[in-house]
Amino acid sequence: MDSAETSPLAGLRARGGAIDVDAAVVVLLLLGAAIFLLVGCLQSTTFAQYTVQGLALGSVYGALALALVLVYRATHVINFAQGELAMLTTYIAYQLMLWGLSYWAAFAATLAIAFALGTALQVTVIRPVQRSVIAVVIVTVGLFILIDGVVNWIWGADPKFMHSPFGFASFDVGGVEISHRYLWMMGVVFVSVLLVWALFRFTKLGLGMRAAALRPAAAALVGVRVDSMLAIGWGLAAVLGAVAGLMAEPSQFSLSPEFMQPILVYAFAAAVLGGLESPAGALVGGLAIGVSLTLVVGYVPQKYIGSELQLPLAFAVLLLILLVKPSGLFGRREVRRV
Amino acid sequence: MRRQIPALASLLAVAAVLCVLPFILSDYNVSLAAQVGIFFVAVLGLNILTGYTGQISIGHGAFMAIGGYTTAVMSRDHHTNLVVTMLMAFAICFVVGLIVGLPALRFSGVYLALVTFALAVSIPQIPLQYSTFLGGIGGVTSSQTVSNLWIYVAAWTCSAILFVLAWLLLRGRLGRAFRAIRDSEIAAVASGVELPVYKTLAFGISAAYAGVAGSLFVLATNGFAQPSEFGVFLSLQLLIGAAVAGLGSLWGILAGAAFVGLLPQVSTSVPVIGSDHGRDVVFGAAVVLVMLLLPDGFAGLLARLKRLARA
Repeated sequence: MDSAETSPLAGLRARGGAIDVDAAVVVLLLLGAAIFLLVGCLQSTTFAQYTVQGLALGSVYGALALALVLVYRATHVINFAQGELAMLTTYIAYQLMLWGLSYWAAFAATLAIAFALGTALQVTVIRPVQRSVIAVVIVTVGLFILIDGVVNWIWGADPKFMHSPFGFASFDVGGVEISHRYLWMMGVVFVSVLLVWALFRFTKLGLGMRAAALRPAAAALVGVRVDSMLAIGWGLAAVLGAVAGLMAEPSQFSLSPEFMQPILVYAFAAAVLGGLESPAGALVGGLAIGVSLTLVVGYVPQKYIGSELQLPLAFAVLLLILLVKPSGLFGRREVRRV
Repeated sequence: MRRQIPALASLLAVAAVLCVLPFILSDYNVSLAAQVGIFFVAVLGLNILTGYTGQISIGHGAFMAIGGYTTAVMSRDHHTNLVVTMLMAFAICFVVGLIVGLPALRFSGVYLALVTFALAVSIPQIPLQYSTFLGGIGGVTSSQTVSNLWIYVAAWTCSAILFVLAWLLLRGRLGRAFRAIRDSEIAAVASGVELPVYKTLAFGISAAYAGVAGSLFVLATNGFAQPSEFGVFLSLQLLIGAAVAGLGSLWGILAGAAFVGLLPQVSTSVPVIGSDHGRDVVFGAAVVLVMLLLPDGFAGLLARLKRLARA
C-alpha cells in the first residue's frame, strides 16, 4: 500500500508553479462558502443568528471529529465508542461538580480522567485485537453498549442539569444576538485544538506519535515505542472527546445518556467531509456540517425537512461525500498497489 | 458424504428438540424461544454479509425496521395475510439491500461500517417525519395479532428454510466467490469474480434475511411497529450476535442468536445489576470478553473442540 500526497496546501505549493486542479477547486469552494455566509450575515440578522449558532455547534462536532481522526490516523480504525466515551466523561464532570468542585476544576480533572481512561482502554481491550479491523469495530461497539449501560445504571436515564458558568446572557452586535454560551463553546474548542496541534507540532512526544502513525515499522527501528504512542493517541482522542461532550452540554441544556449519539453521527460526517486523515479537515468539516444543518433546518419549511430529518440529512451528506469525493476535502487519495 | 454425518446428525437433533420444546415450555418461555428464532434469522443474514463477504454492517436493524413496517402497514391498510407480508418483507428488503449495496461497492472496511451506522441512526427518524403514513412516534399496529406459539412456529420454520438456503448458496460457486472477496478483493477480481455483482448480491440476500426477521419481530410485539424498537441498539445487537456466533461459519449461529435473544431477559434477574440497564452492562462486557478470549466466536470453539477430540 502506498499513498499519494494531494492535500490542497501541498497542491498549491506544487512544483513548477502548476496548481493542482483538485486543490484549487477545494480552496475556491471554501472561499465561496465563506463569502456566501458573510454576505448572508450582512443581509439578514436571522441568517447571522443561525450562522453563529451553527458555528458553535459545528466546533463541537469538529472536536469530536478530530478525536475520531486522531484514532483513525494512528490505527486505521474508527472508534464507535468515541461519542459514548465523551458522554461518560461529561457525566464524570457532572458528578465532580456535585461533589463541590468548581466548573473549571471539574473541567481539568475530567480531562485528566479522560486521558487515563482512553489510554487504559487502548492497552486493555484494543491492543489484543488490533490486527483485525472487524474485531476492533466489534470491541468498540461492545464498549458503546457497556458505557451506555454503566451510565444508565449509575446516573439513571432522566436528564441531569449541570450548572454552567457561561450563563444565558448575550451580546448585541448590530441587532444580532450572540449568546455567551456560543462564544465560550467556540473558544474552548479552539484553544484545546490549538494545544493538541502544538503538542503534535513542537514536542518530541508529538514527533514520535506522528512517526508511529505514518510508518510504524520505521518508527520502531529508530527507537519510538509505537505501542505507547498509540495508547497516548487514544488518550488524547478521549480528551478531545471530553471537551466536545462538555461543550455540547450547554447547547442541549441537559445531560442524558444518549445526548452524544446524534453528535457522533455529525462528527462522522464532518470527519469524512474533511477526509478522515486530516485534523484540519475534521475541524473545517465540523464547522461546515454545523452551519449547513442549522441553516437548512432554519430555512427549509418543517413540512419538508424538520428537525427530525436532521440525522437522515447528515447521513445523506455522508453518503454523497463518499460517492463523489471519497478522500474528502483535505484527504489524500489512497493509491493501492498490488 | 461420511464427513457430513456428524453435522447432519446434530442438525436433526437440534430440529427434534425445537419440535418438542413448545409442548414442554410455558407460554412465556415459548415467546423467549421464538425471540431466539427471530434473532437466528437476522444473525444468519448478517453473517452472510460480514462473515462470508467481509463487509461490516452496523446497520442491519434498519433493514429489520423496513421489514417490520412492511408487515405492519400492509396488515393495517390491506389486511394482507401475515405470511404473505413476510414474503413481501423479504422481497422489499432484498431490493433495498441491493440499492444500499450499490454505493457500498465503493467503500470497504471502516467506511462501510460508518455508512451503515449512520443508516441505523437515521432510519428510525423517518417515521417521525412521515407520521401520517408511518404512524409517527406511536407507530403502526397491524390489524391481526398472533399467539406466541404461532410466532414460535413461524420463526423456526423461517430459520430452517433460510438456514438450508444459506447452506446451499454458500457451499457452491456463490459462497466461494464471497469468501474470495473477503480474503482478497484483488485476488478475487484477478480470478474472474465480478466484484460488483457479488458484493451487491451479498448485501441483498443479507438484507432480505433481516427483513424477514424484522417482520417476525413486529409480530412478536403484538403487531406494533415503533421507531424506538428499531434504534441503534438493535443493529449493535445483531453484530454482536454474529461475532459471538463466529464470523464465517454457520455452526455457531444458534449460540449467537441465543446470546442476544436471551441475555436481555436473563440478566434482568441477576442480582445487584438486575435493573433495566444491567443487561447493557452484561452485554457490553460479554462482547468485549468474547472478542478477547474467543476471537472466532462459538464456531471457533466448536472447531477447536473437534480438533481436540480427533487428536
